[in-house]
Parts: sequence; C-alpha cells; structure tokens
Amino acid sequence: MNTNSDYPKRICSTTGFPICRSAEFFVKANAVLGVVFLLIGGIAAILIALTRWQAVHLLPVDWFYRILTLHGINMLIFWILFFEVAILYFVSTTLLKVRLASRLTAWISLVMMFVGAVMVDVTILLGKADVMLSSYLPLLAHPAFYLGIILVAVGTLIAVGNYFATLYIAKKEKTYEGSVPLVVFGATAAAIIAVVTLLHGAVVMVPTFLYSLHLCPQPDPQWYRLLWWGLGHMSQQVNVCAMVAVWYLLAAITTGAKPLNEAVCRSAFVLYILFINLASAHHLLVDPGVSAGWKIWNTSYAMYLAVLASMMHGFTVPASVEVAMRGKGYVRGLFGWLTNAPWRNPGFSAFFLSLLIFGFIGGITGVTLGTQQINIIAHNTLRIPGHFHATVVGGTTLAFMGLTYYVVPLLWRREYILKPLCRLQPYLFGIGILIMSFGMSFAGSMGVSRRSWDIDAGGSIYGPTAHLFLALVGIGGTVAFIALFLYVGLTVGTLLFGRRIAAGKSMEDWGTPKVLSTSPGHDHVAPAPGFAGGATVAEAHPTQGTMVLAVIFLLSFAVYYFANWKALADVWPVR
Amino acid sequence: MNQESSSGLECPKPGWFQAPSGNERTWIGMAVIWCLILSVMMPYWHFRGKQNSTGEAYRVKPADFVKRVEAFVKVNTGEESLVEDGIAPVVPAPPGEVYLLAKQFFWFPVLKLRSGETYRLHISSADVQHGFSLLPMNMNFQIVPGYDHVLTIKPQAPGTYHIVCNEFCGIGHQQMVGKIIVE
Repeated sequence: MNTNSDYPKRICSTTGFPICRSAEFFVKANAVLGVVFLLIGGIAAILIALTRWQAVHLLPVDWFYRILTLHGINMLIFWILFFEVAILYFVSTTLLKVRLASRLTAWISLVMMFVGAVMVDVTILLGKADVMLSSYLPLLAHPAFYLGIILVAVGTLIAVGNYFATLYIAKKEKTYEGSVPLVVFGATAAAIIAVVTLLHGAVVMVPTFLYSLHLCPQPDPQWYRLLWWGLGHMSQQVNVCAMVAVWYLLAAITTGAKPLNEAVCRSAFVLYILFINLASAHHLLVDPGVSAGWKIWNTSYAMYLAVLASMMHGFTVPASVEVAMRGKGYVRGLFGWLTNAPWRNPGFSAFFLSLLIFGFIGGITGVTLGTQQINIIAHNTLRIPGHFHATVVGGTTLAFMGLTYYVVPLLWRREYILKPLCRLQPYLFGIGILIMSFGMSFAGSMGVSRRSWDIDAGGSIYGPTAHLFLALVGIGGTVAFIALFLYVGLTVGTLLFGRRIAAGKSMEDWGTPKVLSTSPGHDHVAPAPGFAGGATVAEAHPTQGTMVLAVIFLLSFAVYYFANWKALADVWPVR
Repeated sequence: MNQESSSGLECPKPGWFQAPSGNERTWIGMAVIWCLILSVMMPYWHFRGKQNSTGEAYRVKPADFVKRVEAFVKVNTGEESLVEDGIAPVVPAPPGEVYLLAKQFFWFPVLKLRSGETYRLHISSADVQHGFSLLPMNMNFQIVPGYDHVLTIKPQAPGTYHIVCNEFCGIGHQQMVGKIIVE
C-alpha cells in the first residue's frame, strides 16, 4: 500500500518518524536563515529600546528611524516567514511520512527569499528606505526596497506551493489514512492564509514598485492602506495559526497531550481561514473615507468569529495538557496537573508561557484596541506595539523558540550545550517581553506615540510617569534581548560544539512527566478501551483546573474591555 | 501513545467528528455569548455613545486644501493683542467650519476654540500621511493627503492642548507639535 518508501530518508531514533533527507536540508536552511534575521532584528530591537528610554537616548534621529524600519521588517516578515517555511516542510514530510515534492522549487524559493531579504536590508542600511515597515505612500523608498519585498513574498508563495504539492503526493500515494494530523491541519490553515496574504502583498507592492520607477501614477494612499494591511495584518494571523499548531505539537511532545475534540480544534482553524482576512480594518478604524458600518463589521471579524476561534484553542490546548497529566496520575486538587507539569523543560515552558502571554496580554489588548470606537484612544500610540509584542514576540517567537529545543537535537543530531541556561531562557525572554509590553501599553495610555525618536522634542508635553514607563520599555527590552542573544548563542553553539547523538540513540529527555502508579484514594480513571474520538477523552478526566483559568481569563477580559469604554467616555465628544 | 485517541501528531481515528461535550462545550457557550456582547457594544456606542469615528471625509487636492486653510486663516485671525510666542491664534466663531493643515513638520494654524461649542474641524495633509493626536486626552485620527477628514468635536474644558503627529512622516517627525487653545 505504501508506494512512497523509496525516497532518501532516515528514521528518527527518538520519535520513529521517517525524516525525508531533502526536506531535512531545506528545513535546516530556512530555520538557520530565519534565526540570522532574528538576530539582525534583535540587535535593532535593543538599539530602539535604548533610544526610547529617554534617559539613555542612544541613537541619532536618522538612525533611529532607519533601525526601526530594519527591526520591523526583519522580525515581522523575514524571521517569521523563513521559520514558517521550515515548519511547513517539516510537519508535512515528517508527520505524513512523505518526500518533499520538489527540491528545485525549494531551492528557487530559498534563493528568492534570501536575495530579496538581503536587498531590503542593504537598502535600509544605506538610508534609502526610511519609511517604516508600513511604508505608507506618499513616503517613497528606493525601488530595490519594494523589489526585495516582492521577491520575498513570491519566494514564500512558491514554498507554500511546494507544501501543497507535498500534501497532494501524500494523499495520492496514500501515505496516511483518513484525515491529516491536527498539526498538519493547522499548518495548512496557516498556508492558506499565507496565500491570501501574499496575494494582497502583490496587489499593493507591484504598483508601488512601478511608481517608484516612475512607470505609473501614484496609487491612492488610502487604497494603499487598505491593501497593505491585507498583507501586514493577515501575515500576523499566519503567525497565530502556525503558533497554535506549534502549541499542539509541543503539548503532545512534552506532556503527551491529545486534543480533547478534533472537530472543535479543526473548526477553530477553519474560522481563522474564513474570517481573519477582515482584520485589515484594525488599522483603518480612525481613517477618513471609511464608514462606521464598514469599520464595525470588519474589525469584529464578522461577529468576533476569529476571536471565538482563539478562545476555543485557548481552552482546548491547556485542557488537553490537564487531561494528559491527570491521566498520568497527577490528580491532586485543581492545579496539581499544572504544578507538576515539566516546567524545567524549555519546550514546555516556552509553549505554556507563550499561551499565557498571547491569551492574557496579546489577546485581551488586541480585541479591545481593535474595537472601533476604543481605537480613538489607542491608534498609533505605544499601546499598539504593547499589544503586538505580546502576540508576535511573547506568543509566536517564544513558541518557535520552544520548538527549536526539539528541532535542533532531532535534525542536527546534537545535544544542546549548557542545558541549565536553555531551561532558563524561555522564562527570561517571557519576563523581558512582559515588562516591555506593560511599559509600552501604559506609556501609550498617556498618549505617547509609537515611532517617535524623542517625545520631548516638541516641548515637555508628557509628565514623569510617561518617562518612567518608557524606562520600563528600555529595561524589559534589554532583558528580552539578553534572552534572545542567549537563544541564538546556545543554538549556534550547539550546532558547532554540541555532543553528537550516536546513530540509533534517542535525544536526551528534556523532562517529561512520568506516569505515577495509581494509588488508592486517587480518582485516576483508566480510559475505557475501544472508544474513538475526542469527546470521551474529556469525560475520562476532568478539566476543572482549565475551566477556572478560563473563567479568570474571561473576567480579566471583561474588566479591561469595559475600563476602556469608560476611558473613552471621558474624552471630548467627536464624530 | 494510547490507542484510543490520537495526539496532534497522528491521523485521527475514524469517527473523530463529534460535538463537544463537558467543560469544553460550556466554555464554547460562554465564549459565544461574550463574542455577542462584543458585537453589540460597537453598534450600541455608535448610536448612544458620544465618541465615534464616522470617517466623514471629502476628496481634495492637497494644493486646494492649503488654499482653503489660508483663506480660513485670513478671515479669522485674532487681534494683535492675542499674539503669544509670536504666533497669532486663529479664533473662529462657533459653531463653524474650522481648518487645520498638517505639513512636514508642523500643524497650521494655532486654533483658539470655545469650551462647550461644537466645531467641524477639517484636517488634511499637504504632503505625506500624518497622525492627529490630541493630548492630554489621547484622541487619535489618521490624516491622509487627498482626504479632507472632518471631525465634529466639542471641547470640554479650557486649557492648552497639544497636537502631536503620531504617524511617521519623515526624519523631523518628532518635532511636529501643534496647539489648540480652549477658553
């Protein structure tokens, strides 16, 4: 039945999955380049954080805006896209036990993305593109800037095509039975959103590129904003999708968690695909020429259906961990499953911190700031980066870091060096990002604008409290940068000096919870044999602890949300 | 791995498509209700709330808008006695059409408004995009060249308010600070 067994591969001695040799090369290449751009973006980040800290004020004015442009593009576009391509190649070939569809296409994609990214970075550093990530017209950059972005976008589109072709081969050659695994389903949802995103990018970037060459008239700036955010915001939803897929993956590896209900998880991914493309509106909520009705409908993703999807994942992921832990005998009290979780395992701590930061900080602020009228007291202030550093950095980047602690030993076959530091790294990074995000959010609440070199340049408009919060941005940014540098250093150090894992040997366990013997008095229920599907799993073990966490989440959400309506009601009437 | 159900890494067993149950079902119910509350709040505020962004705007060529601002300033400039720091604020009679120009890297003119009166404030840009951020209230609106963005506002308390540009508009962006005086 399996006609697909004749491609070059090796069997992973830890997981038993076959690893396609050609996919392995491209997973490594894309992941390494992703980390290189993460490092560039990270160095830019610390320079920015230490400039916004008014007492330090490191960079001169032109270099501040230049480095800010570099930071946004390397972090939000290059790091994330390269790493996502690595994830797509990895999960499709490994979990579906299939070869990568095309080596040639993977090469073309890799070269295009790399050349494009280098073009963009060089153009920015030469001072020819001081336009920020959003590059709003009529501000204009050098044509090489737009061409570079087009190359990266088309290169990514080709990689996504290669992914779909790999899925097709697996289906045709019947390398799996029934439905694809949930992680592949989630990655596919991310890939579908990526296609729509990158098509928006092409529609907006090609005319802008031609305009920069004086080959066509200037596109309308408001049209540009609508279409550009079809690229800019939706690409972050690709991250959300990929991050959630990585949550399921890490939950399964580190605790043996299984989705409570496959239908719920998959429906939530489908909600992302259907509704997330309305999110361009989040950036147009106080724009001219866009009606209130349009803003309200689109900013809510129809009727908060993509938010509903995140709330479904936000429950089912920790609940699946709870069920798995209780199944292993950790049944004491409401939270015995959580306190006994493998917190020393960087794969688990990164995943769970990512879940908490994304949900409690990123999610709650995102929905609130994206509320049409509340956006009046948030648009373009530091509250916005305060939100998205909690989603993209505290959420996506931290989850990807956690994944790295497994991908490197499994693919490069080397043990991580300095393991105690590895165990510390996710905490340090999470705490740094939290401090920074708080600083940004509170400074933004006092009206401090994002993307400003010096808030005192126009006189002393802001009080000492705003300056204090900007100092927190600098301090949190420094902590997060140290953790990022640690991550890159440990990973590169491992690739060079890590102890080799001998053929046929497993990677060392980072720490996974052992099964406790069932002692009398514990209500450990062995799953009834022979049942299928997810619903019965939920019934075999309670999910009370997760329910309590979820209710705390909902209450925090409601308090923050209505406090913002109150703050809005206090400003001048406007319409 | 238990044989009964699959982790996210394995293909699910046949019959996986089932309705949620237990706490998961309860949570989804709660989430749906919360999403409905979120959905109702914005239309409610649109009709009953006092702070809304309706996006009222008119197409205008940047050069034409500059002319309108200049004409507005000519008619409404206050007496010499009002000059502060060498700038004569413009004192329009309420309720009325008021004009404000955003240009790299300043706001023009300085406006003097009356508390409790309603004004139709026309804002647009002569060059690139800018951000209108009124402090210390922290009210923010996007200013796009080619669009005359009309804000119908009602100042609430006397004082001197700053307008900070909060959309990156070039290397001098941070200096772009204007003023509205309310009496």
